[in-house]
Amino acid sequence: MEAYVSLFIKAVFVENLALAFFLGMCTFLAVSKQISTAMGLGIAVMVVQLITVPANNIIYHTLLKEDALAWMGITGVDLSFLALLSCIGMIAALVQILEMILDKFVPALYHALGVFLPLITVNCAILGGSLFMIERDYDLAQSVVYGVGSGFGWALAITVMAGVREKLKYSDIPAGLEGLGITFISAGLMSLGFMAFSGIQL
Amino acid sequence: MSAVLNSETKKVLTEPLVNDNPITLQVLGICSALAVTSQMSTSLIMALALTAVTACSSAAISSIRNHIPGSIRIIVQMTIIASLVIVVDQVLKAFVYDVSKQLSVFVGLIITNCIVMGRAEAYAMKNPPLESFMDGIGNGLGYSLILIIVAFFRELFGSGKLLGIEIFPLTKDGGWYDPNGLMLLPPSAFFIIGLIIWTFRQWKPEQYEKADFKIMAISHGEGGHH
Repeated sequence: MEAYVSLFIKAVFVENLALAFFLGMCTFLAVSKQISTAMGLGIAVMVVQLITVPANNIIYHTLLKEDALAWMGITGVDLSFLALLSCIGMIAALVQILEMILDKFVPALYHALGVFLPLITVNCAILGGSLFMIERDYDLAQSVVYGVGSGFGWALAITVMAGVREKLKYSDIPAGLEGLGITFISAGLMSLGFMAFSGIQL
Repeated sequence: MSAVLNSETKKVLTEPLVNDNPITLQVLGICSALAVTSQMSTSLIMALALTAVTACSSAAISSIRNHIPGSIRIIVQMTIIASLVIVVDQVLKAFVYDVSKQLSVFVGLIITNCIVMGRAEAYAMKNPPLESFMDGIGNGLGYSLILIIVAFFRELFGSGKLLGIEIFPLTKDGGWYDPNGLMLLPPSAFFIIGLIIWTFRQWKPEQYEKADFKIMAISHGEGGHH
């Protein structure tokens, strides 16, 4: 149990997908102008991450890994090079299915998430989470914890960033730095803050 | 040369370098731009890989653009890009294994790199293969330019080296340069890109973004006091 808690904390703070690995930066910069939209997107990422990381974990361990097909009586086959293709296919399909399910059963949430759901397919934080899961060889339980943790960390980062930017728009910034430039520099300062967690050993 | 490079080709090749740079102006493909730049060698490989993927995927998508049904085009594009990335990934693992280990998941993340998708969607779906190929190369070069600038500063000031060759002798080896550890950490990449954007926009003022609010000086009393 303790191991899972520490994995969660690590995924949220120490190895924050947005601020330590720069994943999902494009959306991170584009959608962080308002706290409410940022939070909506953050929740969507968390939900998708929670489903896709374990799903990819199951596929990788039962079909793609070296000798994973042994249960079918086939040995000596290593399909791990197909991991990229299967991960992105899985993510695209799951996002599509999630969209349909939400539209059918929870229309309120569907409308709240709106255009962000399809955008999530091309958010590198999602694919990155699955690839990190493969690279670090997590088992199923670990991958669930890692999925939630990394999604929550990303959501936290984008919400905080939106908070900073809502205040920032009232400040007097040099013309060349206005907009993207100052956003980068404030993201850098935030990332510096998150670096403080990196010394924590759990 | 000039017969091959007509004005349109030249335009799509050079515009993305400064005037329409994918990173500083279109805000695409930032993830990997930041993550792999702590060393020159990894950034060069990454830049090369991305340029190759963007160019080839644009050419491939453009050559079948009239046969892709609109409703499933994203999946089709994604599959083409993912297959190309797998090829690049395998090539890197075969020939430069050390660098490919350092790049870890970031080669795979070229799939979701918005530059590749962005160019496929915005340019390759509407233009013939050769121009799309050139457009891919141009945008790849614009990305490479930023990557190399960032990596240059980070490696030079962070470890006193360039491409692994010592430039500034470090104090711990009896030299004079005390390396700045911050340069090797993620935040420095944000700062350097922020400053590059500032420089570019100071040079090309038409790239300025409009502020949402302007502080107005009030003619009497405590004007502009905050």
